[in-house]
Amino acid sequence: MYPAAFEYYRATSVPEVVQLLQQHPDGKILAGGHSLLPMMKLRLAEPAALIDIGRVPDLNGIQDAGDSIVVGATTTYWNLLQSDVIRQSLPLITEAANVVGDIQVRNRGTLGGAMAHADPAADMPAVALALDASMKVVGPNGERTIPASEFFVDMFTTALSPDEVLTQIIFPKPQGTSGQAYEKFAHPASGYAVVGVAAFVTLDGGKVQTVRVGITGAGTVAKRASAVEQALAGQEPTEQAIESAAAHAAEGLELNGDIFASEEYRAHLARVFTQRALSRAVAAARG
Amino acid sequence: MAVTKMFGASVKRREDPRMITGRANYTDDVRLPGTLSLVILRSPYAHARIKSINVEKARQMPGVVAVYTGKDLVDSLAPVPCAWLPPNSDLKVPEYRALAVDTVRYVGDGVAAVVAENRYQAQDAAAAIEVEYEMLPAVVDQEKATQDGAPQLYADVPNNTAFVWRLAGGDIDAALRDADVVVSQRLINHRLIPTAMEPRAAVAHYNPGSGELTLWCTSQNPHIHRLLMSAVTGIPETKIRVIATDVGGGFGSKIPFYAGEMIAVAISKDLGRPVKWVEDRRENFVATTHGRDHIDYVDVAAKQDGTITGIRVKAYANMGAYLSTAAPGVPTWLFGLMLSGPYKIPNISVEVHGVLTNTTPTDAYRGAGRPEATYVLERMMDLVADRLGMDPVEVRRKNFIPKEEFPYTVATTLQYDSGDYEAALNRALEIVGYEQFRKEQEAARAQGRLLGIGFSTYVEVCGLAPSQAAGAMGFQGGLWESATVRVHPSGKVSVFTGSNPHGQGEETTFAQLVADELGVPLDDVEIVHGDTGRIPFGMGTYGSRSTAVGGSALIYAARKVRDKGAKIAAHLLEVSPDDIVFDQGRYYVKGAPDRVKTFQEVAGAAYLAWNMPEGVTPGLEETHFFDPINNTYPFGTHVCVVEVDPATGKVQFLRYVAVDDVGNVINPMIVDGQVHGGIAQGLAQAVYETAVYDENGQLLSGSLMDYALPTASMVPTYEVDRTVTPTPVNPMGLKGAGETGTIASTPAVVNAIIDALKPYGITHLDMPLTPQRIWQAIQESQKGS
Repeated sequence: MYPAAFEYYRATSVPEVVQLLQQHPDGKILAGGHSLLPMMKLRLAEPAALIDIGRVPDLNGIQDAGDSIVVGATTTYWNLLQSDVIRQSLPLITEAANVVGDIQVRNRGTLGGAMAHADPAADMPAVALALDASMKVVGPNGERTIPASEFFVDMFTTALSPDEVLTQIIFPKPQGTSGQAYEKFAHPASGYAVVGVAAFVTLDGGKVQTVRVGITGAGTVAKRASAVEQALAGQEPTEQAIESAAAHAAEGLELNGDIFASEEYRAHLARVFTQRALSRAVAAARG
Repeated sequence: MAVTKMFGASVKRREDPRMITGRANYTDDVRLPGTLSLVILRSPYAHARIKSINVEKARQMPGVVAVYTGKDLVDSLAPVPCAWLPPNSDLKVPEYRALAVDTVRYVGDGVAAVVAENRYQAQDAAAAIEVEYEMLPAVVDQEKATQDGAPQLYADVPNNTAFVWRLAGGDIDAALRDADVVVSQRLINHRLIPTAMEPRAAVAHYNPGSGELTLWCTSQNPHIHRLLMSAVTGIPETKIRVIATDVGGGFGSKIPFYAGEMIAVAISKDLGRPVKWVEDRRENFVATTHGRDHIDYVDVAAKQDGTITGIRVKAYANMGAYLSTAAPGVPTWLFGLMLSGPYKIPNISVEVHGVLTNTTPTDAYRGAGRPEATYVLERMMDLVADRLGMDPVEVRRKNFIPKEEFPYTVATTLQYDSGDYEAALNRALEIVGYEQFRKEQEAARAQGRLLGIGFSTYVEVCGLAPSQAAGAMGFQGGLWESATVRVHPSGKVSVFTGSNPHGQGEETTFAQLVADELGVPLDDVEIVHGDTGRIPFGMGTYGSRSTAVGGSALIYAARKVRDKGAKIAAHLLEVSPDDIVFDQGRYYVKGAPDRVKTFQEVAGAAYLAWNMPEGVTPGLEETHFFDPINNTYPFGTHVCVVEVDPATGKVQFLRYVAVDDVGNVINPMIVDGQVHGGIAQGLAQAVYETAVYDENGQLLSGSLMDYALPTASMVPTYEVDRTVTPTPVNPMGLKGAGETGTIASTPAVVNAIIDALKPYGITHLDMPLTPQRIWQAIQESQKGS
């Protein structure tokens, strides 16, 4: 529980962050610290330098940009939970943020940190996938935007380059008749998702127009459940239709297994929780 | 000052303000100038030969003062002692060095020790020590470890069997032969990790000038630690002071005497500087003793009407890699003696194999042996009921020892003091609304919902004593307790107790007892414990014994004080002591209540000593050593109601009813708290907590990210009630309440879940009943149908 020695830099601007990242290739960005510091205390991570972005202006905050809601990378779960605009337009975020870790984690942990860390059992990557979010990142060559569906590459691996910093997460505002839900089977010790399913649907004339399902925990990286989405799109979302679509939930997942939940059990939970999340999302859409 | 009766009052815990505002003085809070930080390098392998250790690089690192290996400490430290040696068990105590000398035998076995100016430097240097290991095959399963061809931990312990212990009463063979039914089951009572909130720690300060050692450490029994520290270091007991005043929980894991504090002492003595060692949580998981870990083969003989006629148990107890201080007593006496439970079982036979494996040593963990025995009995009661098609409540009721028959001697030779088992059961059934529940359960089942109810009707042994019994059991100590009551000239009272509460609240309850006995305000009584430099020799706190035994000692010491005070008061009032009445802190003349001396006036007179009765010495202070004639036997009924989600196997707790009988109760709020915490721990074994090793002896559940300690949101609201059946064995009529919850709750929860799964034909599953295990069992049951 005593980390190895490291250097500490407190950045004051995004360009300075990028510069520090270039100067310290073995450095890590520190935001809320609730994933990184425990790993350092266990000496599972020994970064040579920490680049603290906690006080970079403009990285924290939630903006209503008309068609989208823009969340700064250092916005905490607590900030998200307090936001009326989030609760009204993107209740999926509120619902999921409310079951992240414990109060201490929610007070300090950041949305950007959750995305960039890409823990395979974190809640927010599934939410970003279901809401079709995109990540604004800044590097030495300027700015680029990466869709969530391309951002999460593998366990603890994202599309970010080592010298890039995530600055904003952009969520499009749902249009039309939509519903959202997050269903989580939490690990009794860690609180992480053994399986977490985020579902988003829009209905048109009683049929499913758009459906996006993000699954975390079950596999090595959070993923869209494409087979589920294909099975349900254009259908009338009866309980039976949802159940048979959810049966595809584990397809395409590279499943995780551990002492608490085997690969087989996780696949089963993915199906059960996909069904539950979709049912609730459809019910919410129907009002 | 008017003083109301404190016995029975829910006084708020006086120790809490300092504990919950960060003002307690735990071992890690002790900061002495010049203290060195000690880090122990631990083996990453479960079984390996140490080929070489290179400490040169570590020695050169910044801040490092010294590095020690096992060989360096062989001369200054005798092996870690084992102090419970059950006779007639062919016991073999393997050599347990504070730091391994040539072989490591579990992940966490100490290999080297580094002291540096600060913790970071010590940690960095420990990482720079180069150890070359030659891997040896490991064994973690105690049953496999006894088989021929299994890896051997010690050349002189064949089949890794440290002892085989037997106890029998009646004729079990005849009972099994003549039974209408014999119900057999293999039960696993899996390994748990005590996980006290405060990890273990030690600050050793050896003064080379005076030759005195002061040791702050996390101990439930500081005098035992002092005695054993003297034995392993050769420092005389008179030169050792052990201080363990504020201890952040123990649950049994701070009874044992460990390598950590021995190493700290040896290094402090070697360097003449204070040395501090504090476990981090990861180290705590491997270096502090674990609990439970039994495999029990059980056969129960019963008649068609549900009468149990015999029980036979063959147990394999996993002792870990070495025998910890009290370890051999836990799966033997504390388990075997309790196999009659609250039932009349005329024929009992138990055989326990204590097995050494490449795992962290086990020792007492809240309940220590009694939860294992209760689990065996209560699980078997349900299996017998199931086999005979009887209601599990009726099987229990049929076999209860009736209240008229106490004191009652069971087949294992224990004499139960008092009991009314049916009263507690009936009260629990009434609270839970049993008949109504069975109807609801039936209706729910018709809808595919899985409701279940589980019972645990238990009896346990508390107030661990008397010393003569301890001797017969091979416990290398007495089981009495001491107390000194010192009244100061102002009438304020200091109580010095040999008990060492570390969360149980005796700073409050003991003060309540003394306030009543001496008629002084509660605030005038201080309870001093945990410092061998201040208290008389005491045995410590474990086995729910502090109030039953330690509380009795202080009652008697207080009464001696009161009686001496009466002599002084009589002298001052110029009457015979026989004419003095003592009531609520006032000595007055019988029939003349205005002729009075207050307790405070008498205390002042005792110290002025200007005018003492003949033959009465000055001062007002008395000591009493109390050795009870028997243990106490709390009992009760716990009922758990659950719903299982068939889709996921997840368990939801709907109700939890606990009716305990701990005799008279000093402080109902504190007893409720003990019951609540105990249930949480026992329930957690049923569904959450489990220590998991892989085949190579790596602890897979080695952190709080994997090991599921329950939080408040993971346990139900408890409905707690009590019946009161006083014990005759101590002056307060109380039995002890520290472990009832842990002992009772585990089988109640398991029985409830198995009851919920009855529609699938499931009659038994081993703990922990995690969602996956339940889901798998449901899947398998459906394959067959």
